[in-house]
Amino acid sequence: MRFIFKTDYAQDIKLAKHGGHLFWYSALLLLMCAAPWLFAEYWLAQLTFVLIYSIAGLGLMLLAGFTGLFSMGHAAFLGVGAYTHAVLTNMGLPFPLALACAAGLSAAVGLIVGLPALRVKGIYLGIATLSFGFIVEEVLARWESVTGGNAGIHIKHPDIFGWVISTGEQFYFLCLVITVAATLGILNLLRSPTGRAFVAIRDSEISAQSMGIHLAYYKTLSFALSAALAGVAGALYAHKLQFISPDQFNILQSIDLLLMIVIGGVGSVHGAFLGAIFLISMPQVISLSKDYLPAVIGQAPGLQGLVYGLVLIAFVLFEPMGLYGRWLKIRTYLQMFPFYRKGMFKRQKSFQKSDRLK
Amino acid sequence: MNETLLSAKDLSVRFGGVLAVNKVSFDVKQGEVFTLIGPNGAGKTTVFNLISRIYTPTSGTIDYAGPQGMLKLTDQPPQNVASLGIARTFQNIELFEHASVLHNLLIGRHTHRSTNLWQDLFFTSKARETELKSREKAEEVIELLDLQHYRDSLVAGLPYGVRKVVEMARALCTEPKLLLLDEPSSGLNVEETEDMAFWIQDIKNDLGITVLMVEHDMTLVSKVSDRVLAMNQGEVLAMGTPREVQTDPGVVEAYLGSVDDVSSLRREAA
Amino acid sequence: MQFLQLVISGVAQGCIYGLIALGFVLIYKATETVSFAQGELMMLGAFCGLVAMTLLGFPYWLAVLSSIAAMAVFGIVLERLVIRPILGQPAFSIVMLTIGIGYVARGLITMIPGIGTDTQALPVPYKDEIWKIGGNEMGVGALVLNVEHMAVIGATAVLCVLLFALFRYSKLGIAMQAASQNQLAAYYMGIPVQRLNGIAWGLAAAVAAIAGLLLAPITFVHANMGFIGLKAFPAAVVGGFGSLPGAIVGGLLIGIVESLSGFYLPDGFKDTAAYIVVLLMLMVKPNGLFGEKLRKKV
Repeated sequence: MRFIFKTDYAQDIKLAKHGGHLFWYSALLLLMCAAPWLFAEYWLAQLTFVLIYSIAGLGLMLLAGFTGLFSMGHAAFLGVGAYTHAVLTNMGLPFPLALACAAGLSAAVGLIVGLPALRVKGIYLGIATLSFGFIVEEVLARWESVTGGNAGIHIKHPDIFGWVISTGEQFYFLCLVITVAATLGILNLLRSPTGRAFVAIRDSEISAQSMGIHLAYYKTLSFALSAALAGVAGALYAHKLQFISPDQFNILQSIDLLLMIVIGGVGSVHGAFLGAIFLISMPQVISLSKDYLPAVIGQAPGLQGLVYGLVLIAFVLFEPMGLYGRWLKIRTYLQMFPFYRKGMFKRQKSFQKSDRLK
Repeated sequence: MNETLLSAKDLSVRFGGVLAVNKVSFDVKQGEVFTLIGPNGAGKTTVFNLISRIYTPTSGTIDYAGPQGMLKLTDQPPQNVASLGIARTFQNIELFEHASVLHNLLIGRHTHRSTNLWQDLFFTSKARETELKSREKAEEVIELLDLQHYRDSLVAGLPYGVRKVVEMARALCTEPKLLLLDEPSSGLNVEETEDMAFWIQDIKNDLGITVLMVEHDMTLVSKVSDRVLAMNQGEVLAMGTPREVQTDPGVVEAYLGSVDDVSSLRREAA
Repeated sequence: MQFLQLVISGVAQGCIYGLIALGFVLIYKATETVSFAQGELMMLGAFCGLVAMTLLGFPYWLAVLSSIAAMAVFGIVLERLVIRPILGQPAFSIVMLTIGIGYVARGLITMIPGIGTDTQALPVPYKDEIWKIGGNEMGVGALVLNVEHMAVIGATAVLCVLLFALFRYSKLGIAMQAASQNQLAAYYMGIPVQRLNGIAWGLAAAVAAIAGLLLAPITFVHANMGFIGLKAFPAAVVGGFGSLPGAIVGGLLIGIVESLSGFYLPDGFKDTAAYIVVLLMLMVKPNGLFGEKLRKKV
């Protein structure tokens, strides 16, 4: 068991709370940097996708997990970012500028989508964001002069002021840098007044307001930041696939993002990464185990949807804190061995109260 | 010292057909403890909600001595109330359940933040400085209210009495000029209520904060208040010192009751 | 005449949206949870009907009744197994659970060899029949009414009246509403909350089955039928979540707007009409047409 002896307020502000944290996260960072030499190209590509989805997941986690705003159309921001970046890159803009524009435009769209959030709550907000998602997808498909419509567009390689990134390894490092930057940004936000304001809005809007938190400002800020992150993820996604079309940013993609954060663990930064790992590795696991299953199950087209659904149901029923929650339990068990008691993380049986009066 | 801090004139609010508050006028002087008493449904918490701008009055005004002089509180949006120096606690505890006690108190420091979004994102040295300063101020409040033991506990697991204290602590963290306490002693046992009385006196004497509170516990009211306002069915019944109000016949009739009332229930000895 | 034609087909489409929305609102009224599985339940109901009519060879009315009964039982079982353990959790989790149920239902149906992946036609007795109103003896200029559409409208009207009476006048309906507003208090009053939840889900599944059986002749039976459920959500929101007549009115509104915009507005508006309507409604009247505005009292 680890006891942290605190002598300074700064210790509570630090990101790495003790030596163990510092050690393991540095080790992880080293492993990620060494990945191109450790993994085959295919697995490196999958790792790149994990990083890209993590960035989008961080955004959605900020919005849904930390601010409590339910967004069911998040793929729209992904799409806006992807298309903006693709169009600008094809026009010749260098990568950093195009990326900034993609993030900016996504943030602007996020601001617009966030406007209903100021008046409606809960499921109504979910439906509003869902509607926006459909409308954006339709706009992307119809605005053929800019987006090429349903035929989609191809994207050139990222060009950072002359240095063209053409290999998988170089792109992996680019994604790694951006992911680390995004994570640090989110962690910084969470330990500062802005992040605390988000959490306050999630837990009790009325008392947040009486503490001086401007609800409208912080809600729209949350939407804008979350959309900007999704936009960055979309831009990287466009480069990775080198081809985008509107149907990649439909309702199923939105639900995939939500699935990711629920399975990862809502309300934790780790959850975004664990969820992304799950989302990318699940199809691989399914295709690997297809050969071991009887043909009726293994070769059926609906298998992936079935597995996703079952896993989602299982997590909501048995592990509502997600993968990160399960990891916390395991870690507590190991730390407190042999004093771990079975009921430590037991959920209280709660009675359902009317959401309309919240 | 005795200038008026808050002054309500002919305050009324109507919800549909119900006149919850009817032409209520009172003023709160700087540095005093002013208590609202009355039966349930009298409109006391509604008056609080009008002051913290959760509701808008249908008629009447509330004048408040803000940082730049007297202003009409009814013109201010709800999120400005805290930066004007008015903090409140809620009758049914509105804490941030999924955060620790310290976190709750730090959220109370929101009006004193001095960093913008970008400084927060990059956590510049200015952000770090402000964080440490906020933490120091929050610790002062923790020390005042003896919450050290609960500093890192999640609010969701705390007992009711402790939550009430945390709510008051959070309100104090905003460094208010006027503190609105909604039934601070409800749900507290005798010992905790005595502690609450001492804390309210400390807040008044040491911190110089004006306290406006709603209370049902008459001993606490007599011990702590400078002036009392009795309300019934949205209207003012009586206003004055605790002694004056507690002996006012209208108040006795509507709310307090008297010892004589019990005589009718006495049974003749067989 | 064209206009009237469009309106009527819009009304029929709107009735389907309304029926699915009715299922949402039923579950919301009784258990205060939002169920995204309603579309998939409708799809399952249509497949039940298909199996009953083709594989088992039942006559039409027997097939309809047995499908509805089978889906009602399925709804009750679903509630017992999957929904009951998680009541009391935040609404977000429950919504994700129902999305998961939808995925599982879709996946399972697609996996069934043979009928899973194809689009089947449902052999209903009134298939392809039409009524003509007005016009001359040659039938020119007449109002053409598709009997399939008429069946939808008629069934919806009947169901509406029945459910409204249930919730307004019967003890069961009032108990359901009580349980949705404060579950603990309902327990104290002796209301068998869990049994009521099961009944609510069974009822919603039955309504979904009726919607599926009515929709099947128009769109054919296939595994992706459930996506229509996504348009039913705006219908429920426009009417005001929590209002049964609102669900139908919302559905009709969206159906008519969709039908008219498909003809009079440029391409692309038809698919997004439902969503534009709901966004406008949320801006103008955030609680929908018949929704109630409740505010937390502090």
